[in-house]
Amino acid sequence: MSDPLSPSSYDVAVIGAGVVGCALARAFTLAGARVVVLEKAADVLDGASKGNSAILHTGFDAPKGSLELACIREGYALYHDIRERLGLPLVRAGAMVLAWSEEEVAGLPALMAQAEANGITDLEALTGVGVRALEPALSEGVRGGFRVPGEHLIDPWSAAHGYLAQALANGTVLMRQAEVLAGRHSAGHWHLATTAGAVTADLVINAAGLWGDEVDRRVIGESWFTIKPRKGQFVVYDKTAAALAGHILLPVPTKITKGIVVCRTAFGNLLVGPTAEEQDGREHATVERETLQALMRRGCEILPALADHEVTAVYAGLRPATEEKHYRIRDDLAPGYICVGGIRSTGLSAALGIAAHVVRLAGRDGTLADPIWPEMPNLSVDGERDWQRPGHGGIVCHCELVTRREIEAALTGPMAAGSLAGLKRRTRVTMGRCQGFYCSAELARITEGRLTQPMLGHD
Amino acid sequence: MTEPEVIVVGAGPAGLSAATELARAGRRVLVLEREAEAGGIPRHCGHSPYGLREFRRLMGGPAYAARLRAEALAAGAMIRTATTVTALLPGGKVEVTGDAGPETLAAPVVLLATGVRETSRAARLIGGDKPGGVLNTAALQGLVYLNRQIPFRRPVILGTELVAFSALLTCRHAGIRPVAMVEPGSRLTAWSAARWLPRLLGVPLHLRTGIATIKGRARVEAVTLATPSGEVEVETDGVIVTGGFRPESALLLASHLAVDPHGGGPVIDAWGRLSDPAYFAAGNILRGVETAGWCWAEGRRTARAILVALEGRLPAPGGARLVLAHPALRLAVPQVLAPAPAAAHDRLQIRLSRATKGRLRLVQAGRTLSEARIDTLPERRVFLRLPAALSDADLRLEIEEDA
Ligand SMILES: Cc1cc2nc3c(=O)[nH]c(=O)nc-3n(C[C@H](O)[C@H](O)[C@H](O)COP(=O)(O)OP(=O)(O)OC[C@H]3O[C@@H](n4cnc5c(N)ncnc54)[C@H](O)[C@@H]3O)c2cc1C
Ligand SMILES: Cc1cc2nc3c(=O)[nH]c(=O)nc-3n(C[C@H](O)[C@H](O)[C@H](O)COP(=O)(O)OP(=O)(O)OC[C@H]3O[C@@H](n4cnc5c(N)ncnc54)[C@H](O)[C@@H]3O)c2cc1C
Repeated sequence: MSDPLSPSSYDVAVIGAGVVGCALARAFTLAGARVVVLEKAADVLDGASKGNSAILHTGFDAPKGSLELACIREGYALYHDIRERLGLPLVRAGAMVLAWSEEEVAGLPALMAQAEANGITDLEALTGVGVRALEPALSEGVRGGFRVPGEHLIDPWSAAHGYLAQALANGTVLMRQAEVLAGRHSAGHWHLATTAGAVTADLVINAAGLWGDEVDRRVIGESWFTIKPRKGQFVVYDKTAAALAGHILLPVPTKITKGIVVCRTAFGNLLVGPTAEEQDGREHATVERETLQALMRRGCEILPALADHEVTAVYAGLRPATEEKHYRIRDDLAPGYICVGGIRSTGLSAALGIAAHVVRLAGRDGTLADPIWPEMPNLSVDGERDWQRPGHGGIVCHCELVTRREIEAALTGPMAAGSLAGLKRRTRVTMGRCQGFYCSAELARITEGRLTQPMLGHD
Repeated sequence: MTEPEVIVVGAGPAGLSAATELARAGRRVLVLEREAEAGGIPRHCGHSPYGLREFRRLMGGPAYAARLRAEALAAGAMIRTATTVTALLPGGKVEVTGDAGPETLAAPVVLLATGVRETSRAARLIGGDKPGGVLNTAALQGLVYLNRQIPFRRPVILGTELVAFSALLTCRHAGIRPVAMVEPGSRLTAWSAARWLPRLLGVPLHLRTGIATIKGRARVEAVTLATPSGEVEVETDGVIVTGGFRPESALLLASHLAVDPHGGGPVIDAWGRLSDPAYFAAGNILRGVETAGWCWAEGRRTARAILVALEGRLPAPGGARLVLAHPALRLAVPQVLAPAPAAAHDRLQIRLSRATKGRLRLVQAGRTLSEARIDTLPERRVFLRLPAALSDADLRLEIEEDA
């Protein structure tokens, strides 16, 4: 047991506040542990978790019998269990795996068989005509496919924020700008040196995503894998385009990637991406015009009418891939140390399952009595938004209809936004059509002196 | 207020001048404005020139906006600020939200005057990182003139439309010294009157130069310029992305109203009337950017058409549809034409997408109804007189380019 009198001594230290770290903090907190989350950035979700496709996967195409599959299945079920109490959205879009050539059509039965072996049994095989009856905006080139009704869309940020918010509401401590520099194990405790001071914990969990190998080296002296960042670029179309696709439109996957997806977002836009590009750097996820144009061309091949719609945003995310495909989760590297690395391309779906798995690995079987369930503000188009309720103080971001009350809420509390990017993820300010043309000045006024990383760089 | 006879959406120069005109004619007018203060773009455009056409005085933007507000109020118009219109419903019903929550308002006529915005960095597919310090001109002006905040010290300005020179003036006002002004095209987009400005202010101007990538994590650190002689990296702490105006038509796109696929604004007839005759539009929403004085005059003329409509004396909707029959034609308004007494528009407003020389013609059933010689550049004003007599057959707008 950690020393209850020492404020910087905990049962569990989670390194990294990506979606996986947030879910881990929640799970250990609800298992009765005193938890600290150490995040090096000015805000949470600043690594791999800042940009993904936001699909809640069923695991239909995950490797058979893998830990990844088990975590996705459990994470998927847990998300459904807890989402209403945490106020997390779920857009029940369903997916379609589409074949664009006879060769791909021939490959469909094997994919369906794998899905069924993975426990996803509500599939529906479709002919080309059947596909287009359900998705009339699809190009005539589509040859066939099958439906996976359980693939859904979520808000990738409110999910992770919600997990962490619940941990914080029940006693967890979040330290930001707290980069873990080194670790030392003595007398049953870990002593971590961070840029925000020393922290002691009985159990250290490495959930450092893109820096998982580096944190291994800093804390236990060596790493058993190497992160090979894999970039994914996206094009986000205007909300007018969302009507073009009801389902998540997936291609037949290849060995390295799930391929270019076209799907709505929980916020009502339409997304085309991601690419899969290996790179060395972990700091920069740049977008490239030629790649974005290629994505737009691909989007228009799939949905010809997309050519008439405007681009709202572009972004890129980095997957914390390693030299092997599977998750890198191990508890036998050092005493009181669990590495949760290489959560490459399914971490959003699997996070709650990974957390449950790691709690079991750690042998924690307590439960916190009467935990608090904070409710996250809804930003998805399916639910009621703040502007639809009185007393919101007026609209600040006109394109996304973000209210002054929402912004104030996101700037206060233990998880207050630390940067403009963090405020965007919490509220959607400046993420709409105008990208800040109208509300930048107002936002700079509201946030002056209140962000760790100020909007204008110097306030 | 008892039920308004006209609801005006947007309190910029177009909306306020229309409201003033309507109120002066004794009509009950309600102006809805989502910002905390009425006035539109000029509110945060601290420099001249504004007001010459309307008030015969050279004014700064904020003084001009205050004058427009005062005139509308003095004429008896009601202005509700901090009220956002969220949906346009058939027959002149609008959904709004403000601090009090959602409500539905209605009037026999609704005038849309929601203006324009500049094209974002994202929509231009500029590559690289996404650091802070990349702003449109309007955002820069809000920071500088409304907040007295300085976002950067030595930015690069992208674009040479008129608004880019407005960005230059804003920088000068704030003591910001741009390191360069770059234009992908081979000439300045703005008319020549503005050309002396960069030189006067000591800002190097590079034609045939675009921004390939932006670098920096939290803040802009450098940009890579794509120049005719290859890529060049320039140290800078910000980027001002100017121009590329597009109608603020979010409401339109989500509504039952017809939208012009070319210009992105509403489809209007010569009275400024939309596909649902309860709706009218004026100002920049029609076509992209014009001067404030232009929008003000357009608002006033459209108000006069609305007065006729309120008396039930406008001809039934309908007329010939305009077809853009040359690839250099970017947009033309109005898009529906009929012989139009008391019209708000007596000529076509046209914009081209590239430098063009030749004859511009309006042709119906093989007959040329109106023509003009043009020698013009992108974004310049081009007009064509509307003919007095017309049938309902499609009208083709054609260009015969010089050999
Ligand atoms: C393009 C793309 C599309 C994707 N699509 C989907 C999808 O549709 N569905 C899905 O389920 N998944 C998807 N994913 C996968 C998902 O986003 C990732 O699996 C997940 O975000 C990984 O989260 P993480 O918490 O492991 O890592 P991260 O989010 O990288 O979190 C690690 C955190 O650790 C911090 N950190 C690092 N070093 C230190 C240190 N020394 N001290 C303190 N803190 C440190 C970092 O700042 C970071 O915040 C996608 C990923 C990408 C890139
Ligand atoms: C940076 C910049 C500099 C300029 N400099 C000059 C200059 O020096 N001289 C000059 O003559 N012109 C200048 N112009 C052009 C001039 O400002 C515009 O032409 C003029 O403001 C257009 O008037 P408008 O009424 O059409 O639209 P706007 O002025 O844009 O007004 C539209 C109004 O509608 C409101 N609105 C939009 N949607 C809604 C909604 N859903 N609900 C409620 N309200 C809504 C907006 O908040 C806004 O107040 C400049 C423009 C810019 C962008």
